[in-house]
Amino acid sequence: MKTMNRQRRARLAATALLLVGAAATVALTLAALNENVNAFHPPASIVGGEAPVNTSIRAGGMVAEGSVQRDATGLAVSFVVTDHQGADYPVRYHGILPDLFREGQGVLVTGELTAAGVFEAREVLARHDENYMPPELADMAVHQGAAPR
Amino acid sequence: MIVELGHFAAILALLMAAGLAGTGFLAATNPAWRGLTQALALGQLALVALSFAVLVAAFVGNDFSVAYVAQNSNSALPWHYRVSATWGAHEGSFLLWTLIAAGWTAAVSVAGRQLPSEVHGRALGVLGALNAAFLLFLLSASNPFERLLPAPPTDGADLNPLLQDFGLIVHPPLLYIGYVGLAVAFAFAAAALLAGRLDAAWARWTRPWTNVAWAFLTCGIALGSWWAYYELGWGGWWFWDPVENASFMPWLAATALIHSLAVTEKRGAFKAWTAFLALTAFSLALLGAFIVRSGVLTSVHAFATDPERGVFLLIILALAVGGAFALYAARAPSIGSRATYDGISRELLLLANNAILTLALAVVLLGTLYPLAYEAATGGDKISVGPPYFNRVFVPLMLLLAAGLAIAPISRWKRTPLKLFQKAGWMLLAAAAIGVAAPLAFAGALKAGAAAAAALGTWVAVVLAADCWRHRGALTRSYLGMAMAHLGFAVSLVGIGATSQFSSALDARLAVGEAVELNGVAYRFASLTQVDGPNYTAERGTFTTDAGVTLHAEKRHYAASGQVMTEAGIAAGFFRDLYVTLGERLPDGSWAVRLNDKPLVRWVWLGALLMAGGGILAVMDPRYRRVRVRARSSRADVAPVPQAAQSGG
Repeated sequence: MKTMNRQRRARLAATALLLVGAAATVALTLAALNENVNAFHPPASIVGGEAPVNTSIRAGGMVAEGSVQRDATGLAVSFVVTDHQGADYPVRYHGILPDLFREGQGVLVTGELTAAGVFEAREVLARHDENYMPPELADMAVHQGAAPR
Repeated sequence: MIVELGHFAAILALLMAAGLAGTGFLAATNPAWRGLTQALALGQLALVALSFAVLVAAFVGNDFSVAYVAQNSNSALPWHYRVSATWGAHEGSFLLWTLIAAGWTAAVSVAGRQLPSEVHGRALGVLGALNAAFLLFLLSASNPFERLLPAPPTDGADLNPLLQDFGLIVHPPLLYIGYVGLAVAFAFAAAALLAGRLDAAWARWTRPWTNVAWAFLTCGIALGSWWAYYELGWGGWWFWDPVENASFMPWLAATALIHSLAVTEKRGAFKAWTAFLALTAFSLALLGAFIVRSGVLTSVHAFATDPERGVFLLIILALAVGGAFALYAARAPSIGSRATYDGISRELLLLANNAILTLALAVVLLGTLYPLAYEAATGGDKISVGPPYFNRVFVPLMLLLAAGLAIAPISRWKRTPLKLFQKAGWMLLAAAAIGVAAPLAFAGALKAGAAAAAALGTWVAVVLAADCWRHRGALTRSYLGMAMAHLGFAVSLVGIGATSQFSSALDARLAVGEAVELNGVAYRFASLTQVDGPNYTAERGTFTTDAGVTLHAEKRHYAASGQVMTEAGIAAGFFRDLYVTLGERLPDGSWAVRLNDKPLVRWVWLGALLMAGGGILAVMDPRYRRVRVRARSSRADVAPVPQAAQSGG
């Protein structure tokens, strides 16, 4: 009888500990999820002012022809992203661009939009092979009725 | 003509797999069917192997009339990459998956002959049904044997340069052996639920299969991480990318499963939960296949996408998962666990292990699928979940796991006297001192995460070493396997802590002759030369450090596809990697160069290899062979419980 009690107590303690742990994890998870979700915005939403300012977001489109400008001394680079439908915005980035980054091709950037309407990118992704395209860009291409190549 | 033979063999294999699904279940009640069941399992393997060999031959022989070969190979590709190009894209990699599934099925049919037919037959029936579904998918939605007739191209479009690498040769086969191997645990669990004998004997048959699959999965994931590290050129080794998560989630479930199986085998407890995990692990592998092959999520390395495939895979997933869990829901309530334990027992620690791993799994699953759910709920708004989310929640859970892991080997079944933990407590103090002192001594700085990882990793290792010493002379292979795997976890933990907190990186603009310093090492851009590879030309930057290390980083231009690829220059070391990549050539002739300094990064993969080795070593314990013979005659429910600590986990 005594062992049964002790056992029940131990199980109760284990269950309580498990519940507290799980609750803590859930709380931590939801908080972390809230802070680390990046919404995707097409060019029209960036230009149209629907995209939040100074918040981590994802954006994408085509790199406008002739728009890539490298800094003369450092690694700063700027280019214009466009949807070929009148929505263009400038992107600034510091660092190395991916191998498949090209003018006239699709690009996906993660970073923050400044109040002045410049997208400060902290990550730049290009398509990584001929066949694969991020779904965000693929969807845009479908809307425009043309593949972004 | 030969290509059609391969296609035909796959169709025959499908018929055999369907036959196996039928005869397996018949054999469960009528042993007369066992012979035919085994013949079908072996015949199926032979046919899929033939089919696979035909596709490899088409690649090696440059048969560009086969659409899949034309899309993924080129006559200038070196022969070993032509072989591995077979599994370089969706269709062929799924044929490899099917081949491995057929291999596991044949292995179960042969090695499991001594199991009771009520379980063995049903398990083979389940495996046959899965194989049939895979082959049907292969033939209807991703046929690698389709021809480009009557006008085949003169040369192929070439294999993606990222895949022209040793990594492609070994990573997918190992990963798939792991993934598909979890189908065996799945099939055994479903069979045991159907037969109504979810007992200790079932756990004992399942353990070796699960360990082997888990070991391969561990190797496959580690190799993938290593490959991404040196091939993507960013110096990162884990990105929390959906495709990585797709392989990591089954691993977490399988890790929980091998621990839960220990309790079910030794103590007859957690039966229903163990069955649940066995079903979950393979379900997650199927979910992973769906995520990778349907293209529903943004990933750096998804396959080219096709909605039709996604729907087909979703149907397989729904049928397998739905069927399995419906069965579970129907049968699980009647399963009683009758073992008792209290206080801090080994059961309790393994329960904690399972709780932590399951929570970690839930965290990864949520982060991976959240974008899909969000898109569905908002009618098309797209989001992505950043790596900080995963790190913030996952890391504390793993530290907690390490703390429990440290004392688990010295715990006892049923109940552990607290004084047994006394020495371990002192060892924790010493380990904590080392955890604080080591980063200070080597990196000159203290960071909480790295210190915690170093302290806990040291603690795990020290407690294990002391326990090994105490039981010297009486160490079984399953105990040594456990010790090796746990040591591997500690090594990975220390490596991850150090490399994630003390790595430094620098993007610099360098012309030939210029130098830059990172973390006390001066890198000089010594020269730039042109080199010709077999199917590419490259600019090779040679960098030298003030310590005399030479690194070669290349920018390769592949002729057939016109693609450009970065090949990092890495000076690998046990304590530290120096890592240089050439970015782009800038208008004035200088280069954008990325430098990485990665302390202890090798430990991440070394630890994983130790874990995998431990899993295999435990399987080699003679106990499993003895048991198989015994299982034939008895319906032993709970084995006598060895009380000694060296009985293994």
